[in-house]
Amino acid sequence: MNPDPGIPQNLPDDTPVDLEGAFRDSRIQEVLDQLDRELIGLKPVKTCIREIAALLLVDRLRKGLGLTSGAPSLHMSFTGNSGTGKTTVAMRMAEILHRLGYVRKGHLVAVTRDDLVGQYIGHTAPKTKEVLKKAMGGVLFIDEAYYLYRAENERDYGQETIEILLQVMENQREDLVVILAGYKDRMEEFFRSNPGMSSRIAHHLDFPDYSPQELLSIAKLMLERQQYHFSAQAEKAFQDYILRRMQMPHFANARSMRNALGRARLRQANRLFARNPAKLTKKDLVTIEAEDILASRVFEEGMPDEKAGAKQGAAKLGNL
Amino acid sequence: MRITQGTFSFLPDFSDAEIRAQVEYCLKNTWAVSVEFTDDPHPRNTYWEMWGMPMFDMKDAAGIMHEINQCRKAYPNHYVRVNGFDSTRGWETVRLSFIVNRPKHEPGFHVLRQEGPGRSIRYTLHSYATEKPEGERYK
Repeated sequence: MNPDPGIPQNLPDDTPVDLEGAFRDSRIQEVLDQLDRELIGLKPVKTCIREIAALLLVDRLRKGLGLTSGAPSLHMSFTGNSGTGKTTVAMRMAEILHRLGYVRKGHLVAVTRDDLVGQYIGHTAPKTKEVLKKAMGGVLFIDEAYYLYRAENERDYGQETIEILLQVMENQREDLVVILAGYKDRMEEFFRSNPGMSSRIAHHLDFPDYSPQELLSIAKLMLERQQYHFSAQAEKAFQDYILRRMQMPHFANARSMRNALGRARLRQANRLFARNPAKLTKKDLVTIEAEDILASRVFEEGMPDEKAGAKQGAAKLGNL
Repeated sequence: MRITQGTFSFLPDFSDAEIRAQVEYCLKNTWAVSVEFTDDPHPRNTYWEMWGMPMFDMKDAAGIMHEINQCRKAYPNHYVRVNGFDSTRGWETVRLSFIVNRPKHEPGFHVLRQEGPGRSIRYTLHSYATEKPEGERYK
């Protein structure tokens, strides 16, 4: 192939390079700031994103000087407990890679085993290829990727999916980025049984669990987005709630926070009905009080409440 | 004789980059792109063989280019065309259709004359290629 006439060849070694200018032009800082603002905690993840951003930027500068380096492999694996923000970060990652010019379209296609693996012989390959084609130019996010491989059944069609995936991950690196996600221990087992997959993934990111303080910040951020806020007592009560909830089974980090807030809103609505509805103000509508949180079964019975709040609310509305 | 069917057929054959640009244009207009092939060059041969399903919900041309190349590899001596189908209400039709692959040698057509009632003559086209059965033309 002839060298591109637009790219200078054999420049002297002391050609000046404007890294800062390129950084400014790509408006990466905006995305990184947004990431810092909207995602609480996740230090190792943010560090890794910063590194990737730096690498891609330097790569682009090198290309401008006619230095070839080949597209770096950016396939990733996200491991961590549920509710630690894997999907959210994957969504951001698509946007970041798009801004850095690594993927062309920057959309995210989120799939699980069901979307990739077929029901009968000959069904898997077209299904997987269909999904891969849709993800091209963007990011393919495979949630709970370890389900693709079933060690106990060697005739499982998941193996076929893995083979097609590996091929595309290797040969069409510039067309799509694959992100595998799941619980840490099971992902490690998955990589152990599929060494080919492990070696093709350049970045293994581990999402740590959130600290109680981080969970409170997350909860407040969520409320803010829904245009609610805690009263001072409610915030204290919620802190207490977090500490208790973390000890209980099925704790899912930020997702548990979202559910808890959903139920608190339910109780708040219920409380507003119970009080004299004629005297409500805007302040009442946007404030979550301590009693909305303390009514949770986490406090009364020491177990996570799933449907308790919903039942109360329904009963109350029935009385009107 | 070079077949001229569909859009751009009087232009020189497209390069891959040009095909890709056309596919991107289809995707930008949210048209579903499909790949079809045939070895019957008659102008009234409307329904070609489908190379897989039409591709809906695609965001990028890479996947479609892959299918086009797969089809060209499997049928290097067939006609291969790319269609852009617009599903929006009121259109619901193919908006763009162009040939991306053609046989190396195209023998062309001759005119068949048939004596009709009286002294009238009916004319029709016959492709030299179709004298052989399907799949054996353009070897």
